[in-house]
Amino acid sequence: MKLSCEVNVHHLTRVEGHGNIQISIKNGVVKKAQWEVVETPRFFEAMLVGKHWENAPYICGRICGICSIGHTLASIRAVENAFGITPTTQTANLRLLLKHMETLQSHILHLYFLAAPDFLGAGSVLPLATTHPEVVQRALRLKLLANDACDIIGGRRLHPTRTVVGGFTMLPEKGELEKIRQRLLASVPDLLASAELFKTFAIPDFSRETEFVSLKGDTSYPFIGGGLVSTDGVVKKEDQYRAMTNEYCTQGFTSKLSKLSRRSFAVGALARLNNNFPLLHPTAREISEFLGLVPVNHNPYMGNVAQLVECVQVVLDSMRLIDTLLGSPWQEPRQQVQAKKGEGVGAVEVPRGILYHYYKFDTDGKVIKADCVIPTSQNHANILHDIEALAGQYAKTGKQDREIELLAEMLVRAYDPCISCSVH
Amino acid sequence: MSEQLSYLGVPLARPKVGFFELSSCEGCQLQLLNNEATLLDFLNLVEIVNFREGMSERADTYDIAFVEGSVTRKDEITRLTEIRRNAKILVALGSCACFGGVNQLKNRFRDLEWVKKEVYGDFPIETMEVHPLADFVQVDLSIFGCPIKKEEVERIVTDLVVGKTVRHPEYPVCMECKANENICLFELGEPCLGPVTRAGCDAWCPSNRRGCWGCRGPAETANLTELEKIMHTYGFDSETILDRLECFGGFASFADTLRPKNIAELSSLPAQTKLIPSGCKKVPARRKKP
Repeated sequence: MKLSCEVNVHHLTRVEGHGNIQISIKNGVVKKAQWEVVETPRFFEAMLVGKHWENAPYICGRICGICSIGHTLASIRAVENAFGITPTTQTANLRLLLKHMETLQSHILHLYFLAAPDFLGAGSVLPLATTHPEVVQRALRLKLLANDACDIIGGRRLHPTRTVVGGFTMLPEKGELEKIRQRLLASVPDLLASAELFKTFAIPDFSRETEFVSLKGDTSYPFIGGGLVSTDGVVKKEDQYRAMTNEYCTQGFTSKLSKLSRRSFAVGALARLNNNFPLLHPTAREISEFLGLVPVNHNPYMGNVAQLVECVQVVLDSMRLIDTLLGSPWQEPRQQVQAKKGEGVGAVEVPRGILYHYYKFDTDGKVIKADCVIPTSQNHANILHDIEALAGQYAKTGKQDREIELLAEMLVRAYDPCISCSVH
Repeated sequence: MSEQLSYLGVPLARPKVGFFELSSCEGCQLQLLNNEATLLDFLNLVEIVNFREGMSERADTYDIAFVEGSVTRKDEITRLTEIRRNAKILVALGSCACFGGVNQLKNRFRDLEWVKKEVYGDFPIETMEVHPLADFVQVDLSIFGCPIKKEEVERIVTDLVVGKTVRHPEYPVCMECKANENICLFELGEPCLGPVTRAGCDAWCPSNRRGCWGCRGPAETANLTELEKIMHTYGFDSETILDRLECFGGFASFADTLRPKNIAELSSLPAQTKLIPSGCKKVPARRKKP
């Protein structure tokens, strides 16, 4: 039986950013199992120093090309918390709706374009356009809906234009929201078909006990602000995020890493779902159970399934939000902002997990200190330990190098890592 | 997917295309997967042979290389040089590649060691002053914007494939904004670089009541001194103007001239974070335009 294996993946594909996987097994013993992050850092936290507060969301949204809306909203929340501004109900609802549409766009992109090719035996989504045209068309329909909604609410699907401290520069037409609502309703069959498709995928059988960190919802499945929680029982307030992230640097990573009760923890759709399962919409919960996902689930590959469940959650909740918004006349889009000395934290659940922005301002509202803790940087140590455990599990099974390589690649992809974001 | 295309009766070859990224948010590549309605047609126009963010297959020869991001570490110079060697046409994709983008905001600090320490403490991390691609290799075509506009990319790529000359608008964003019948943002109390920034985005931000921050760099006839005057007339201070002009690197040399006035205003900062006054900035040995 084959008991040795060499896996060396340089710049893993179908993920955002640059990371390497190395596994070396000799005679059934794991000699090396490494996840490396080699992305070039951009130093956003230094860039902001000395900048007026209004620059922060504009510049920080550009940390990430996929979750730029989430970054912008976390940044805005941190500034508003520092200045003591509470968003109006209308602003809060519009922001959550925008957030939901980013979640849908990002999850669909990941599930269909980045993850699904592995399960369908393709190198990318391109050949699937010929072999599985209905699958690709469905993915494009869902993604287009989410992107169109982001355009209508945030002004632009990427690096949004209308989102500002205090509210929005302008509001969508109500007729446009009505159309989005109709399209959301019409997308439900596509989501059910997605669930049927993912039901047919062979999710690798792997499990490693993990601590999961996310926002804790009180009455609704949480996305913007609130308390922090871990499956190991740690509970913190939003502004105590440092006690939840404990960032440190180590060799092999240009990104920072995090730990809490154990050597590592995980954030993301699976963490949110593990911590907030009872708060899911009943239909989303039913689909989760249909796909075999019940908390607390410790199989990282189930991150894909958790994302699909969240797609259902955000679509159903978005229709509720639009009904609320359409139910009353538009108020002023934007409140006045008065800068003041102070500090603020904004915690937002972006597609890949909990994101924190922190700023400290001087009396003129200029940034003295900035800190951004990215979901993927919180996940890196956990990915590393998962790869070690995965290599250990398959060391004596005689699998081919390519099989172990694919399992390791799929494992990293299941975290939907945004590596360039993690090394911001 | 692979039906034969033709233009004016002449069959078209589908060029082999590669997408690459240096230091960036990878948002411009993501934009290429947006515009779902025309995505499959767009993909049919070219043969994608290298797109790490989207596919596992890789190849080392391609006709057109699209490079996103700016150069911020030495190994990126090597990668960029290799890409240049393998490509017939090299396209700088987005503001980071064209001007350094938001990444070049770190260049305004005199002390790079302070920048590193501010983010990573005493942990050693490699970085250098941020450069656009053209500082190291010949760039055949620039696609401006943060983010790039997919419709514009589609037009440019179509022009490249059918062999037409690619032209950028020479006029400023202001023209497109007027054509969209927007209320001038100056009248709404919002600073805007529309009068000096190169058009082509269809006044994307001003049409959403967000002032232009100049991500596409200067229009051919940008009158920056006049812009400064207009901004002052509407009550915007130099710092507000500088924030916008220095944000993406397209107006770097003019932004440098505004900077000394601001150092005094930033007295709350630690001494080592003093911004670089004009004249003191190290000017990188720019590659001569061919």
